[in-house]
Amino acid sequence: MTDSSLLSSLLDALQLLLLGDGKLWSIILVSFKVSSLAMLVAALPAVICGFLLAYMRFPGRRLLISLFNTLLAVPAVVVGLTFYILLSRHGPLGDWKLLFTQTAMVLGQIALCFPIMVAMSHAAFQAIDLRAWETARTIGAGTVQAFMMIVSEARYAILGAFVAGFGRIIAEVGASMMLGGNILHYTRNIPTAIALETSKGELSQGIALGIVLVTLSFLLVSVLHYFQGRGQIQ
Amino acid sequence: MLRKSLMQLILFACFLIFLSANALAANNPATILRLATTTSTENSGLLDYLLPDFEKQNDYKVHVIAVGTGKALRMGKDGDVDVLLVHAPKAEAEFVAAGYGTDRTAIMHNDFVIVGPSADPAGLSKASSLADAMQRISKTQSRFVSRGDNSGTYKKESSLWKLANVKPQGKWYIEAGQGMGKVLLMASELDAYTLTDRGTWLAYRDKSPLKILWQHDPLLFNPYSAIAVNPERYKDTNYKGAMAFIHWLVLPSTQHKIAAFRLYQQPLFIPDAVQDNSAPASVVTSEKHS
Repeated sequence: MTDSSLLSSLLDALQLLLLGDGKLWSIILVSFKVSSLAMLVAALPAVICGFLLAYMRFPGRRLLISLFNTLLAVPAVVVGLTFYILLSRHGPLGDWKLLFTQTAMVLGQIALCFPIMVAMSHAAFQAIDLRAWETARTIGAGTVQAFMMIVSEARYAILGAFVAGFGRIIAEVGASMMLGGNILHYTRNIPTAIALETSKGELSQGIALGIVLVTLSFLLVSVLHYFQGRGQIQ
Repeated sequence: MLRKSLMQLILFACFLIFLSANALAANNPATILRLATTTSTENSGLLDYLLPDFEKQNDYKVHVIAVGTGKALRMGKDGDVDVLLVHAPKAEAEFVAAGYGTDRTAIMHNDFVIVGPSADPAGLSKASSLADAMQRISKTQSRFVSRGDNSGTYKKESSLWKLANVKPQGKWYIEAGQGMGKVLLMASELDAYTLTDRGTWLAYRDKSPLKILWQHDPLLFNPYSAIAVNPERYKDTNYKGAMAFIHWLVLPSTQHKIAAFRLYQQPLFIPDAVQDNSAPASVVTSEKHS
């Protein structure tokens, strides 16, 4: 059992990363690509949803807020299973032939990060005085313009919502495993690869990937702190 | 200032979309072959060793989805994959008979072994038969890690308990619900017995303090077959690719390569179609798709 100790696994992991093991980097790339795309699709609609929930009055609004908050607690595997059933050739969307593709992973991850971004941006908008919206409208700003003003007021908290959404999907294993199928060079991302390598007893590969995930989270949080810090100075 | 950073954000977004679109466009369904297979063929490293040749010689990109045989058969039934490489003869026969698959072809075999702690608390070394060995494990309440996942190995294990007339239940019987490799690691950690295919065992031997306690039993024969998903059920299944793959698997050159795949000087899989050097395929069932 050569690679059982944490230290030697760690050293092996660093070596793998520095020597640019092709398999490892392809896995990292898949993770980034899929999660970035999911964020791109989900971010703006989520912010708009959060905005509508905070500023508009319509029947069922409170119910919707509760619903989005509940969705935060839905396990990734349940989201994965739901999409699996939908996308399977046997299922209602089977003709799209999307199961075991990156697109399926993107769909699953959108479903995972959307509610958290809605809930958090809703909270962010709630913190902004309703009069800011009304003032903007009175001085002649159009709906879009006024919306942009409110967003810019709440931008730090919204940034936090994005980081939380990204954090949820970049580290998520259940839905990616089910919808992507863990195919090497295609749908194997960091979390599913860690699960596989651990099951194979290849602990150093798993640790190497873990290091990448932690480094990534650290970078994200640092970026957030940078922006938030600047916000306080101004 | 806000407008400028917004522009930058939009530009960055466009760049990311471009990247992703590229990645999605590369996913051309005509050249992708989806192979559902058991964890044993992937965890042992066989597919990593074989598939690059197939992809080079034929213009296909093989997407390997490694799951238990039960799940693989289910994927085939649902039309979510094109071809299967599995090891559960009875379930395979039913699968083909039900019309879910065609062209079932014997590819190779290895055998199952029972591994356990070297102290052998159940006394398998003194067992008179395989059924006796299984009874000893349950009688001594020695821990046994089961796949518990409807895989080919699990089906084999269930048949062995039945043979021994034992209903495995109790604290000693651990249903892991994991792949073969994970189960071996669990058994190693728990000092437990388990049933494993020899291929995965050889690949994991170095990481495990367990040893083989029962082997070379005709009841532990473990044949692998390839099955094409029936194109009549799902029109856009890559049947052509599936057949190209099956025919390639039984080519003498591929079969020799399977035989040459060794760990610690021991072959992991023994090719089954190698004897007849002329015929393209030894099809187990005759109902070939026309």
